[in-house]
Amino acid sequence: MDQLPIDEFLTDLCPFEKQLDLDDYLGEAPRWCQGCGDLGILTAVQKLLRDNQAEPTEVVCVSGIGCSSRFPYYLKAFGFHGIHGRALPISTGVALANPKLKVLTVMGDGDCFSIGAGHWVHAIRYNVNLLAMVLDNEIYGLTREQTSPTTPLGTRTRTTPKGAFLPPLNPLQLMLGVSNLSFLAQTATWLPQHLLATLQQAYRHQGLAFVRILQHCPVFSPQAFGEGGKDAELMEFLYHVQGIAIDPALERFGGRREHDPADLATAQRLASEREREPLGLLYQNPDLPSYETIRHAALAHPSPAEKLTLLNRRLDRLAPEG
Amino acid sequence: MAIHKQSVKEHILEIVSDAGEGAQKAGEVFAKTAARMGNGLWTEAIIPAEIQPPAHGVRSSSGIRIRFGSDFVSNGGDLTNLALVFNEMSLLSRLQIGSLADDVIVIIDDIWSKDPSREIREHYRELLDGIRQRGGRVVEVPLQEETLKIVEEPNPGKNMFALGLLGFVYERNQKLLAAVVSEAFQAKPAEVLRSNLKLLDAGYQWAKVHLDFQFEVPGMQSRKPMLAMNGNQALALGSIAAGFELCSMYPITPATSVSQYLAAIFEEFGGFVHQAEDELAAIGVALGANFAGKPAFTVTSGPGMALKTEFMGLAVMTEIPLVVIDVQRGGPSTGLPTKVEQGDLLSSIFATPGDAPKVVLAASSIGDCFKLMQTARRIAEDFRMLVILLSDANLASGVQLFERPELMLDEIARPMSAGTSHKGDLAYDWQEETGLSKRLIPGRSKEVGMTSSLNHSPAGLVRSDTESNELAHRMRSHKLAALQQALKPPALHGAEQGELLVVGWGSTRGAIEEAVDRLRAAGQRVSSLHLVFLNPLPPGLKEIFGRFKQVMCVEINYADAADDAFVGEGRRYSQLAFLLRAQTLVDVDCFARVCGRALRPMEIAEVLEKKLGGSP
Repeated sequence: MDQLPIDEFLTDLCPFEKQLDLDDYLGEAPRWCQGCGDLGILTAVQKLLRDNQAEPTEVVCVSGIGCSSRFPYYLKAFGFHGIHGRALPISTGVALANPKLKVLTVMGDGDCFSIGAGHWVHAIRYNVNLLAMVLDNEIYGLTREQTSPTTPLGTRTRTTPKGAFLPPLNPLQLMLGVSNLSFLAQTATWLPQHLLATLQQAYRHQGLAFVRILQHCPVFSPQAFGEGGKDAELMEFLYHVQGIAIDPALERFGGRREHDPADLATAQRLASEREREPLGLLYQNPDLPSYETIRHAALAHPSPAEKLTLLNRRLDRLAPEG
Repeated sequence: MAIHKQSVKEHILEIVSDAGEGAQKAGEVFAKTAARMGNGLWTEAIIPAEIQPPAHGVRSSSGIRIRFGSDFVSNGGDLTNLALVFNEMSLLSRLQIGSLADDVIVIIDDIWSKDPSREIREHYRELLDGIRQRGGRVVEVPLQEETLKIVEEPNPGKNMFALGLLGFVYERNQKLLAAVVSEAFQAKPAEVLRSNLKLLDAGYQWAKVHLDFQFEVPGMQSRKPMLAMNGNQALALGSIAAGFELCSMYPITPATSVSQYLAAIFEEFGGFVHQAEDELAAIGVALGANFAGKPAFTVTSGPGMALKTEFMGLAVMTEIPLVVIDVQRGGPSTGLPTKVEQGDLLSSIFATPGDAPKVVLAASSIGDCFKLMQTARRIAEDFRMLVILLSDANLASGVQLFERPELMLDEIARPMSAGTSHKGDLAYDWQEETGLSKRLIPGRSKEVGMTSSLNHSPAGLVRSDTESNELAHRMRSHKLAALQQALKPPALHGAEQGELLVVGWGSTRGAIEEAVDRLRAAGQRVSSLHLVFLNPLPPGLKEIFGRFKQVMCVEINYADAADDAFVGEGRRYSQLAFLLRAQTLVDVDCFARVCGRALRPMEIAEVLEKKLGGSP
């Protein structure tokens, strides 16, 4: 038998469960730029896991490629830094393999809305049980300032030096049109409390909880979202008993509007009018079964010996005399 | 009427109709009956490219080709001895691809001789005269007319009359034939079965009165337990036997039926098929599942392989075990979707950008399709490697009778290979020599691990320095070396040395060995070697090649012909020949065709004879 290291031996002896604290979720020291909103999101996720006492070995953080996709290195959990645009298929595989794992998927706007757009739409329809975050700063950062699908019309970037040619993609409008959507919320990096409250609600949701997190890039898109929340005219908080709680102190960041997250038609209208960026819970349907629940419910659980018998029976039918 | 009865060791039979007229169904019943009577067997489906093509054209032909005999049958054989065709266009389609022997017996529905269209009547006469002129025999039968005496609609229905007729021609056990028909139609209303049995009997009785010839094809003497299935079914059932629990796929011809067989039965074994939104997601989900501890594979064909390349690179870099099945078809691009080619060997080994060592295996028979799923999974997990298993369209739809494999409890319930893990274990704790390491699996390991597509340290952390990059490359490559050292030199078919060695891989095995056997029986000093491991290649090849004066590959892919006057020193070799030349520095020649069908033993024998004749 393997010898246990002393700390595991002691843990095994100890009758009390150890409380996990923030230090237990610290990975490598982050290497993002000063003033990058990713740092605040990392802190929020660490608090989220601490608050839920999630065992780091049972949390899987999957990312694509881009600045935000360095996230898994800085979080102590199982990390998977994947390839550009493909975080959702990998996450789907993890969730299907072991529904007990808590899957966090971290993507950027280019990663999810552009190169990963096919997976994005279908992941929403599959409704796998995971928490998907898109860190949207309306620009490609790691490759240094190219236009992204959410870059506003006319914005100068290195690939559009005379200004972006097209109106931006409206990700909320698109997602609210996808069949089987089960949870969609929007928050922002400059609202740490709202961010954490939104992630808490998403974490508790059974199914695919999609959270778009608005941020600006201090280097390449400092002007994004009213210079990162400085223009209260651009934002509007959604409130409801079933939604995300709003602190009165948030009023200086935007207006307020009551919105029932069960009301899909209104959510679609709010998203498509685009007068203000809605912050809060746009839509939630807690009753939709997740894809892995549907698939696992249909599975038999034969023992190895029973499997062998079943397979032999299948082969019997293919024997000439069968 | 005096009946001329001939006993033969084997026969090749084709049944061809317009799509939807049921020739395939009749053929399947005939083949199953042959298997029960102890005949060795290889069948090939004749598949039109469209689902419901316009009737009465060469491209609407659908049917089956059955080679059956008194011995084990390893391939589709040479030319067809007897073709039962429902119309003259079906006949033309088979003539056009050169499938029929000169002395073929053609049994054809005579209704076309009375067709209102003069064009059809004349074409019919012309084609049948052509058959007679080349030495064939034509037997015109009132297929539709007789069928209409029993049922009101001739389709389907003619197929059962035809089957009864063939039952007489090949002296099939009447009761057995009726029993197999009953099994084939057990899901249909009793009325359908009743009329089919009536038609079957009518066909037999009509033949008994009107035909004057019969063939006897005796069954095999000693009988081990056997199975009859096609390669895709074998891959599906083999995946269950290997303990896989997830097949993540996207539909593509000719690979899709692997997942279709599985979808019908996998859940009762605790597994399931996930149809992903595209080829990338199909492999991505399989990779994610393996990462999280569920044995998963993906299955595709050439165009899907192209799309999966990015994820295959990720599997190599992250050392997540993964099995990818490629049921090869004609390429490049969309190519020949329903037809065979061995064109993906080099791209399987090399297509991933950067250096991406992976294992490539090829099935050479239906039995291989079944058992290599276990081999592939074990290597993938024990070596933390990507394993590509190559099959092809010939194996995919070819039904063969083969020895029943014994199932192993250890394999069907094999847990994911992973080490016991303690706190402080590293994600890539490479053994210095072999590059092997234990995996950390989420939810099972006591330590977390970082998995990265970037170059990484043993702890899984990002590194961009020369030393760690060179180490990581060497470790991934050494795993291939470690695997090669565990392989045995391949066994020769024929003598240990001689004039000519033929090297092949994949589904050509049966045809190559049959050609070699014929030449050896005629006194030629030729042997063959068939490779299952293509990457790494097995050890000892150079030494084996040294025992033969000439070495030549036979493959179904593109090569410039040796005598192509236009091609100079830049001659492009077939894919295995390219590999073997690079690996052994032996001047390996090649014969390769992109004919879209299985190679015939006779054409291989002809090439080998020429090669032997031309040697000093």
